[in-house]
Amino acid sequence: MLSYTLRTLTRMALTFFVIITIVFFATRLSGNAVDFVVGEGITSEDRALLIKYYELDQPLFTQYLAFLKSFTDGQFGLSFIERRPVSQIVVERLWPSAQLLLSAMGLTLLVSLPLGIAAALWRKSWIGSAVMVVAFLGYAVPNFVMAIVMVLVFSYWLNWLPVVGNGTPWHFIMPTIAMAGVLIAALTRFTRNAMLDVLGQDFMRTARAKGLPESRVILKHGLRNAGITILSVIGLQVAGLAAAGSVVIESIFAWPGIGDLLVSSALRRDYPVLQFGVVTVALAVIVINAAVDLAYAWADPRLRHSVTA
Amino acid sequence: MTDLPVSRALPSPVAAVLSLWRSADPIQKVAILVGLTLVILALFAPLIAPFDPDAQSLISRLRPPLGFARAKAGYLLGTDELGRDVLSRSLYGLRLTLMLASLGATLGLILGGALGLIAGIGGGRTEAAIMAAVDTQIALPFTLIALFLLAILGSSIQVIVLVLGLYGWEQYARIVRGEVKRMMTMPFIEAARAAGAGPLRIARHHLLPNIVSPIVVQFTLSLSNIVLLESTLSFLGLGVQPPTATLGSMVGVGRDFMPTAPWIVIAPAAMILLITFAVQILGDWLRDGADVRLRAR
Repeated sequence: MLSYTLRTLTRMALTFFVIITIVFFATRLSGNAVDFVVGEGITSEDRALLIKYYELDQPLFTQYLAFLKSFTDGQFGLSFIERRPVSQIVVERLWPSAQLLLSAMGLTLLVSLPLGIAAALWRKSWIGSAVMVVAFLGYAVPNFVMAIVMVLVFSYWLNWLPVVGNGTPWHFIMPTIAMAGVLIAALTRFTRNAMLDVLGQDFMRTARAKGLPESRVILKHGLRNAGITILSVIGLQVAGLAAAGSVVIESIFAWPGIGDLLVSSALRRDYPVLQFGVVTVALAVIVINAAVDLAYAWADPRLRHSVTA
Repeated sequence: MTDLPVSRALPSPVAAVLSLWRSADPIQKVAILVGLTLVILALFAPLIAPFDPDAQSLISRLRPPLGFARAKAGYLLGTDELGRDVLSRSLYGLRLTLMLASLGATLGLILGGALGLIAGIGGGRTEAAIMAAVDTQIALPFTLIALFLLAILGSSIQVIVLVLGLYGWEQYARIVRGEVKRMMTMPFIEAARAAGAGPLRIARHHLLPNIVSPIVVQFTLSLSNIVLLESTLSFLGLGVQPPTATLGSMVGVGRDFMPTAPWIVIAPAAMILLITFAVQILGDWLRDGADVRLRAR
């Protein structure tokens, strides 16, 4: 277990290093970033001053070292547009994103675990088919289309829900549902498949033969074992889907989170913010993956107690 | 499964398609027909579209579809905020969306397939490096990468195709490498090698024909994801730039007019839904078909 943990952490650190390196060099591919931001009509002295200020005149490798170093001083440079430390801008966006993410994950678990179990138990009846149709719709309907249809119906036609911002609990409803759509589809399918695998196992028959009530057989013996597989999926698929979803959903609902920040800084070519935002989200995804990896290893007694794995 | 027409001999393409069609259930047949219709509409958009998609007309702005009050004759699906014909723009948007998606998917297939082949045949350090890249790619949400690249390189059509082409390469690389590694241990490869065939010849004549069917399935599935990706990027304003219409950018721009002119959004959004529905059902159908053939063999 210890060596497994160490290996996971090393791999995590390596991936992260590769990503910041790629992010840095990719940003420098496009010529001088200053020109994008200030546009035409700037005197060449001012341009030179700006370049000097952002240290864009240094050799590439020096810039790279400075970029790496900026990860240790906690500021991560200044925004081209807002002229404040990037870390400040990104940090104030973290909590709103986390709130939306947590509420979407909560809804996903609440909906897809029961649906997935039901679809596995009544696989051949209409319940199973209905659940699979719902899962299919979740995959096939793009989140921005879902969001826009909801806005059209619930905000403009019925006037029930607010569209922009995150002020009240009412503001959570539409972004949460729009973000959870594809997650529910993914997790329902996996729960169903994992449960189907477990239902045929010998220990399920044993549990029934012992005379346990069916609900206990399903929940304790079935779900617990299926849970290990489901957990690994939450890490691998759901973290990525959620990160991609938050970019779109936050930008539609003007949710003051990191996804919205990424889109606006990409549109405004505010590279310091964009760089650090991408690195932050990547780090979040990598950490969640690694955490789930370890939780997976811990939850599986075969892995937990083995010496070499 | 044993009564399938595909047995020992490899079926001709036509026979294979026919037997696949017969194996489709009614929903799948509808999806196939919808998909074909969309492709035909896209291919012949310049002939079908009643208007120039970019032609503006200030006196006929924001007209609703035919059948509603204030509708203008000839504009079947109404007009947008600049008086452009929504139907014509949707058709051209569909054309561009499908074109970008198929170019992107093909690029991803070539890139990922080549890397997978190299990893599978090469082995050793090459393989380790390629698979490390695959792992990194899997760990990162692609929307993030696309957003980043488009911000840096600008949203020209070439860059968009490149970005869409980077989507999904890791899936092809994984599939191809897996299949290659599995097949390298098989006797017919050994026989070919004993007969003096080099790695290139083995790849072309012995490996590729055997990998085709999982690749086709993956291609279909990634096609629908790429349509979604392109639509999302255009919707956010990072994809194809105005005035050129793609389905995603029509939805993105049209959402500002939604309270008063929802038809601007509804037509392109419905087309996106039709594409993703049809392609996803098609992908499932092909996957089942590929499985059956594998089992029948």
